[in-house]
Amino acid sequence: MLAALLLVTSAVFAQDATDGGKVLNIAAWNEEFQSRFNDYFAAAGLVPEDVTVNWLITPNQDNAYQNKLDEMLLAQESAAPDDKVDLFLIEADYALKYVDTPYALDLATIGLTEEDLADQYQYTRDIVTDSNGVQRGTSWQATPGLFVYRRSIAKDVLGTDDPDEIQALLSDWDKFDGVAEKMAEKGYKMLSGYDDAYRVFANNISAPWVDESGKITVDPNLLRWAEQTKEYTDKGYNNRTSLWSSEWAADQGPEGKVFGFFYSTWGINFTLLGNSLATPVAEGGKEEVGNGIYGDWAVVLGPESWYWGGTWIVGATGTDNVSLVKDIMKKLTADAETMKQITIDTQDYTNTVSGMNELANSDFKSDFLGGQNHIALFAEAAPKIDMSNVGPYDQGLTEEFQAAFKDYFDGNTATVEEALENFYTAISEKYPNLTY
Amino acid sequence: MGAIVFPKKKKRNSISYAKWGYIFIAPFFIVYAIFSLYPLLTTFYYSFFEHYRVGLTQVGPNFVGFDNYNALLTGADLLKYAGNTAIIWLAGFIPQILISLLLAVWFTDLRLRLRATSFFKTVIYMPNLIMAAAFSMLIWTLFSDNGPVNQVLAASGNQPIRFLASITGTRGLIALINFLMWFGNTTIMLMAGVMGIDSTLFEAAEIDGASSWQIFTKITIPLLRPILVYVLMTSMIGGIQMFDVPQIFTNGTGNPARTSMTLIMYLNKHLYSKNYGLAGALSVILFIITAIISFFVYRSLTAESRERKKAQKGI
Repeated sequence: MLAALLLVTSAVFAQDATDGGKVLNIAAWNEEFQSRFNDYFAAAGLVPEDVTVNWLITPNQDNAYQNKLDEMLLAQESAAPDDKVDLFLIEADYALKYVDTPYALDLATIGLTEEDLADQYQYTRDIVTDSNGVQRGTSWQATPGLFVYRRSIAKDVLGTDDPDEIQALLSDWDKFDGVAEKMAEKGYKMLSGYDDAYRVFANNISAPWVDESGKITVDPNLLRWAEQTKEYTDKGYNNRTSLWSSEWAADQGPEGKVFGFFYSTWGINFTLLGNSLATPVAEGGKEEVGNGIYGDWAVVLGPESWYWGGTWIVGATGTDNVSLVKDIMKKLTADAETMKQITIDTQDYTNTVSGMNELANSDFKSDFLGGQNHIALFAEAAPKIDMSNVGPYDQGLTEEFQAAFKDYFDGNTATVEEALENFYTAISEKYPNLTY
Repeated sequence: MGAIVFPKKKKRNSISYAKWGYIFIAPFFIVYAIFSLYPLLTTFYYSFFEHYRVGLTQVGPNFVGFDNYNALLTGADLLKYAGNTAIIWLAGFIPQILISLLLAVWFTDLRLRLRATSFFKTVIYMPNLIMAAAFSMLIWTLFSDNGPVNQVLAASGNQPIRFLASITGTRGLIALINFLMWFGNTTIMLMAGVMGIDSTLFEAAEIDGASSWQIFTKITIPLLRPILVYVLMTSMIGGIQMFDVPQIFTNGTGNPARTSMTLIMYLNKHLYSKNYGLAGALSVILFIITAIISFFVYRSLTAESRERKKAQKGI
């Protein structure tokens, strides 16, 4: 059935990029970039007065954003100038799907030079570089992952909350399991749910999910995750939640009994901080010590180096605002001063090697993390990020793999084989071109 | 036999009103042809093609004969999802028909003289007015791991129950939603049926000393049969098409372990990934199944009157 011709849609645009558009259309899946854009670009008065910024936001889950973006890009050529997508956001799990297509403008056409981008982390440039060596996107962040833990629980169970001593106790998975057992003895949970450690294992796979012939291979490291999580579930080391569920978020709050979470840069300042407050900011709460468990957290490198997420901005072929796209990319991803300011204001980890090393060696500290300089740890982890095993199908594969194994952990499928069978079924529906 | 020949009437020059009839019904047929018939035929057509899009890549359409049908009918999935659909439908329909019958009989029983029946009729019909998606979200939130139901359980010293992680829990709650949404509607229909029964029959039975149960089984049920079969048929076709409640309730996954995946959710999975070939073949199979069920139910519905007609002809 699959012996069919794969026709790669080759769009030939009359003009790749022009200027003078009155509407800047930006496609995204959440408000993270929107707030960066508003605070550091629009607030600086850099949006021309006669240009309206139009946000096209579609949630990420179940490939919804990708499908929407596909529709828009396929209609790009015939769309009216003000309806054309000018800028779109992609993340690591499906960056390759767009990078190697004519829909992504190369940075040279946009007008960014090698010099502009020299201070960015190399991996953030590699992943958006196509098979001909042309870079087609750029990011304002690097996203190394860490293990974030509760200081109060660490003191109670392990007798110390010092990050160096905690790191020594968590430096490999066997030690990690040992601490999990101690947590359980005192009535705490090591992790919140099933998917928490997933990325740590998934980032350390030995080959991409899908090979060149379209065959899916489940890496042994993913089965190690399944084995560990099943053990944690059966022994009560986790709270049986799922990623992004309200129960998972509650575990990060003042009532939580969970020792720690695997989180990358954006997760700490964007997600965990919000969840840890007793009174949310929207209800008048302040981000300060005393509100919930603000300040009760600390970070360590954990058992393995890993990363999670990251957002790249890409200029869309056919844009009618190319100069503005260039200005946005330059200001928000390549300007070291802006980058550093974003880190100082939001604790996000930004894409400037020199700026981050400067902060790592300074007395910069995070009140949220009990006065720790987490930038130092990120700066240590960021150069180790290896994205050579990512592929264009990773989001769909990851979501379906986690869903299929949730049933295994819950006891609804008895064996790993059965869970894999359900995973393959779901994948053949989502990606009919893949085999297993 | 001598044929009687009627003299042919002379054709009168009259205005034909027939064409106006056709003109007035034309809009329906035009709309039907464009929005129903044409898509229906293309569904049949595309079911013989490999035709899907992955990301920005279009595959096909390539003619593959019966490959799509083969893939669906030889795999175990289709049967499994048909089973899921049947179980969830029955779990909702059986209590629905029992409760509705009971309520219909009570509401129409003259001896009971129930007060405020129109108020209750409105109340039981209410859930049907709520959007299925909203209803599903409501029940989902109520029964989630940290939801109100589990908080009540925990507060009263019980272990929390992870309803949504268990197969019975998920299927049961979907059936419950369907039951709550439709029992009011069924009650109203059955009431109309009961009220259509000649009341002298009930009076005569009472005078003869029949008990309520005898009246119910010997008079109400047999005379209600056409309405009951109608309810069964519409509910069964609605059951085959069950989609919105389980889709929202399980976030489109049909989990746990794909045991809440209904046939139409499976169809939607293929449509979501723009697999028009396989989705077309699945639609055709569902079309045939629905047609067969309808045929049998219709036959059983009309069996009695056909027998009666035969008997009459025999005389």
